[in-house]
This record gives sequence, C-alpha cells and structure tokens, in this order.
Amino acid sequence: MNTHRSEDAFKQVIPPVAKKETASRGSKATGKTKVRKEKSRQQVALGISPLSKIGGYAGAIIAALVIALPLYFVVITSLKNHADIYADPIKWVPSVWVPQNFSYVWNTLNFDQYLMNSIIITSILVVIKVSLGVLSAYAFAFIKFPGVNALFFLVIGTLMVPNEITIISNYALVSQLGWRDTFTGIIVPLAGVAFGTFLMRNHFRSLPAEIMEAATMDGAGFFKTLFKVVLPMSWPTLMAFILITSVNEWNQYLWPFLISDTGRVAPLQIGLTLLQNNEGLTNWGPVMAGTILATLPMILVFLLLQRSMIKGLTAGAVKG
Amino acid sequence: MTAPTIPGLENSTLTHEPPQRKYKRGTKATLLGLALVLPNLILLLVFTYRPLIDNIRLSFYNWNIASTRPATFVGLDNYIEWAQNPVSWQIVLQTAIFTVAAVAGSMVLGLALALLLDRPLRGRNAVRSLVFAPYVISGAAVGVAFQFVFDPGYGLIQDLLGRVGLDSPQFYTNPNWALFMITTTYIWKNLGYTFVIYLAALQGLRKDLDEAAEIDRTPRLRKFFKVTLPQLRPTTFFLSITVLLNSLQVFDIINVMTRGGPLETSTTTLVYQVYQETFVNSRAGYGAAIATIMFLAVLVITVVQVRMQERDK
Repeated sequence: MNTHRSEDAFKQVIPPVAKKETASRGSKATGKTKVRKEKSRQQVALGISPLSKIGGYAGAIIAALVIALPLYFVVITSLKNHADIYADPIKWVPSVWVPQNFSYVWNTLNFDQYLMNSIIITSILVVIKVSLGVLSAYAFAFIKFPGVNALFFLVIGTLMVPNEITIISNYALVSQLGWRDTFTGIIVPLAGVAFGTFLMRNHFRSLPAEIMEAATMDGAGFFKTLFKVVLPMSWPTLMAFILITSVNEWNQYLWPFLISDTGRVAPLQIGLTLLQNNEGLTNWGPVMAGTILATLPMILVFLLLQRSMIKGLTAGAVKG
Repeated sequence: MTAPTIPGLENSTLTHEPPQRKYKRGTKATLLGLALVLPNLILLLVFTYRPLIDNIRLSFYNWNIASTRPATFVGLDNYIEWAQNPVSWQIVLQTAIFTVAAVAGSMVLGLALALLLDRPLRGRNAVRSLVFAPYVISGAAVGVAFQFVFDPGYGLIQDLLGRVGLDSPQFYTNPNWALFMITTTYIWKNLGYTFVIYLAALQGLRKDLDEAAEIDRTPRLRKFFKVTLPQLRPTTFFLSITVLLNSLQVFDIINVMTRGGPLETSTTTLVYQVYQETFVNSRAGYGAAIATIMFLAVLVITVVQVRMQERDK
C-alpha cells in the first residue's frame, strides 16, 4: 500500500516529463489530467489581477537579467581586446571582435589536450557508472537475497559521506599504487555509484509486476530480461541518469585537482585553474575564453536535453 | 542488522514491499544478486567507507602526506591544537555563515522563483531554462567568471553600482565582502537546483492547491503560509539536507576565486582548511582531524534535522 502511494507521488512530482508515460497508460488517465488542467487554468485566469500580472512579469524579467547578464558579460569579454576589457564604463558591444582569445587558449595553453582529457575521463566514468548503477539497481529491485536491504543501505549511505573526509586516505592509497597523474587514479576512486543506483532501482520497482512475471515464466534469463524487457521500458530514466552523471563528472573538481599535479591528465576544469594562475587578473580575455570552452559542451547538452536532466534530478527527490 | 535511516529517502526504501511482486529467490538468485551488486559495492567500500574509517585513524597521527617518513602517534593532540587555535573558531564561524546563507538563500529564492514561474506567464519556459542553466556550469568556471564579474575596477557589479552612484566594495580585499562574494556566487550557480525541485513539487500539488483555493478565498499570502508551505514540507526537508551537504563541500569556487583569503583565511571554510593543512602545509594528520570534526558535525546536524522532521509529522 505504502509503496504504491509513494510511486504515485513519484509520478506527480515529475509531471512535465512523465506526461508521455501517463498518456500511454490509457485514455482514462489522460482524460483526468485534461480536466484537471482546464480547471486549474480557469481558476488561475480568474484569480490573477492585472497588477499581480505586471508584478509577475517584472519578477520574471529581473530573474532572467540576474542570470543572463553575467553570462553575456563573460561572452563579450572573451571576444574583447585588452583596451575594451579595461574600458570604463563597460562596452556592451566590443569595438573590435577578437576571436583570437579562443585560438590563443586552444593552441598555446593546451586546451585541446584538456578537452581530450575531459572527454576521456567523463566518457569512461559515464560508461562504468551507468553499467554498475543499472546492474546493482536490477539486483536491488528484482532479486531477493539475504542481506539485500543492508547492502542497499550501504550503497545509499555513501551519499551522506562528504568527499573531504575521503580525500586524504584515498590520496595516500592512490599514491601508493603509483596512480598519481594517471587517468586510472582519477577514474577508479570516483567510479562507485549511489545516486544512480537509487534512481534506477526506484524506476525498476515502478514497472508493472506482471511483465517481470511473464518474463520469468517464459524462462528468460537475466541478460534477456534486462535487455529485452527491463531496459526498453526504462529509456527516459536511463537517459536522465546518463545526463546527470555526464554533467557531474565533467564538472568534477577536487579529486582531479589533487591527482593531476603536472597537468598531463588534467581535465578542462583543472586546466582552467592553471590558465587562471598564469593569466588571471591581468589577461581576462583568454581567461574568459577558457571559461567558455570549459562550459560549452555541458551548455549544449543542457539545451538539447534539459527535460531529461530535470527529470532525473526531480526523481532523485522522490518523497512518499 | 538494523539498517540506518537515510534522511529524505526513508519512505521509498525496501522496507515496504508491494505484496503482489514475486521476487526471484534461491541460491542461484543469491549468486546473481551478489554478482550484480558486488563490483559497485566494492568500489564504494574501498573508496568511501575505508577512507572514512582510515581518516579517523589518521587524525591521531602526526603525518606528512608527501614524505615517506612514518607517521607518529600523537593521540588527541591534533584535536587539542585545533580547539585551542582561535583561527579554527573563526573558520567554523565563516563556514556556518556561508552554509546558513547558502542554504537559506538558495532555498528561499528557489521557492520564490518556482512560485513565480509556476504562474501562467508568457515566455516562462525560457526563463525556467535560464534559471536552471547555471546548475550545469562547473563551479570552477562560475568562480573564474564571477571573479571578473565582481572585479572592483572593471567588473559588471562595479559598473551597475556606478550607475546608481555607488562605489564598488573591495570584494577581493575586504574579508566580509569576500565571503559575501563567495556566497552570492554559490547561490547564483545552485539556485537552479532548488528551483526545479520546488517547481516539480508545486506541480505535483496542483490539484490539492486548487481544491483548497476553491474552499476558502483567503488572501494569497495567507494561503501560501497555511496551504502551500506545509504541503511542501517533505520537499523543503529533502532540500535542506541535500543543499546543506552540497554547500559544506564547496571547494572549487573558493579555490578559484579567493584561495581562502584575503588575510589568509577570510573565506576559508572547513573543507578548504582540510585541503590547506593536508596538501599545502603537509600536515595530513591535522587535516584528517579537521575532516573528522566536520563529518561529526554533519552527522549531528542531519540527525537533528531528521528528528525535527519526525516530530513535525
């Protein structure tokens, strides 16, 4: 009973993305949502005075400016020459466009290599984490074995351990193994997955029980069940898992910062720090160009797939 | 073994099985289950739980992480030294100010924006995306960018303040303004998270809210405190824990913007002090002691939060 309720709540928490799933469940549910929607729209229309509408738009515009203005400022600074950057008041449009800031950062300051490192580290971590997450979620959702609850709590419990308490001992271990300044040293300690396990397990448990039973009766083994039955019904959640993992690993800072001391295997975020050490506070143009290069891939992913990403975040916040 | 309660997750754990689901059981199933779980579990045991314990052990030693000389046992000396150093308490205070401001700021603003952008405004989807966007930018990139945004000579903030006739505060050199700068930057970057979680929760409550609005025509502000806010309590609880844990781990923004300065320690939080002592001052035992103190503090705060939540139920 209890679980059912919490799974209903799960669906309510994520309506914008869950809509498709609900719709495929049959016309009854869809009809209900429609009625509900119309009703709410009517009431909202009745309840809002012109004054509060103006207030609403004013608030939205202020919020948009607070976020967009710094972003715009960074973008134009990356395209300005020295004189424009130090102009007072701010030049909102550069008098000369200087894309050379980007080529300087790219060619002279090793950003091509940092980008490659970021791609290597992120893609390996995503593959490992998503695989481990799906496999352990499968076990936690569908298999009953002694100690399964304790093991699940052991996995989830790591979410409560702040990283600063693990770095000292892990750094010592990685040094002993001779993994400093290697991809292995960056990747392996980050490879365990708790959030994704939780996310996928919750989703697996929301799948209709009959389908799993049918698969068992057909004599389908683990691999067949996973790839032919479970995963095909899990793409939206899996996608969210992949996206959130990509963003997190791409933006990973403290651990790669400690391990990549010569910069040979440094990802972009660390490369940006090295760039800032060399050029910061004097040469803002290239520094801002580097900032944009370190950010652009995730901004693109976000623009294309933000719904999926948001779904993953909100599903992680499931409450009963 | 009684499993520990994980705050924010306790209602959706394995303890309540749906009765109709048939599980695979038996030796073969057990082997399969363990085979699926073990690789992940071993990684977490080796790189999360082992160092957690090991860190506590190290905190009783005097140890240089960069040298091969063996560590010497010093008992509680690291803890005593920490407690007797006035700088420690200054850093604790700064950590508390930053954390409270970051958690409260991002939650209040996130909720306000969620309420605002839940209304039927034209173009709200674009603004929603915009508010969420900084969340996907790395802390390092946001830090570097905002170092220039806050630049007292040529930054964005000084320009805007100049337009209304104000001088820019010295964000890099004044300790209070430096901490303000770090906190604002953190909130700007992480607002998108609290925003989307609250927005999703509001959309989930839509039906109930409508019914409530139908029944009584209370003023909006009262309705917010009497109807909306209590219903959002589970979300608020979840966020208060996740945002707290997240803000207590902030390293990238501080490392990039201020290195813990000005005046050496004005924006140093406990995490940054752990890094400084361990990797810059080569005092890993002392760093480990600070990390342990911090972990215990997090544990106590979380338990208190869970208790408060349970009492309110």
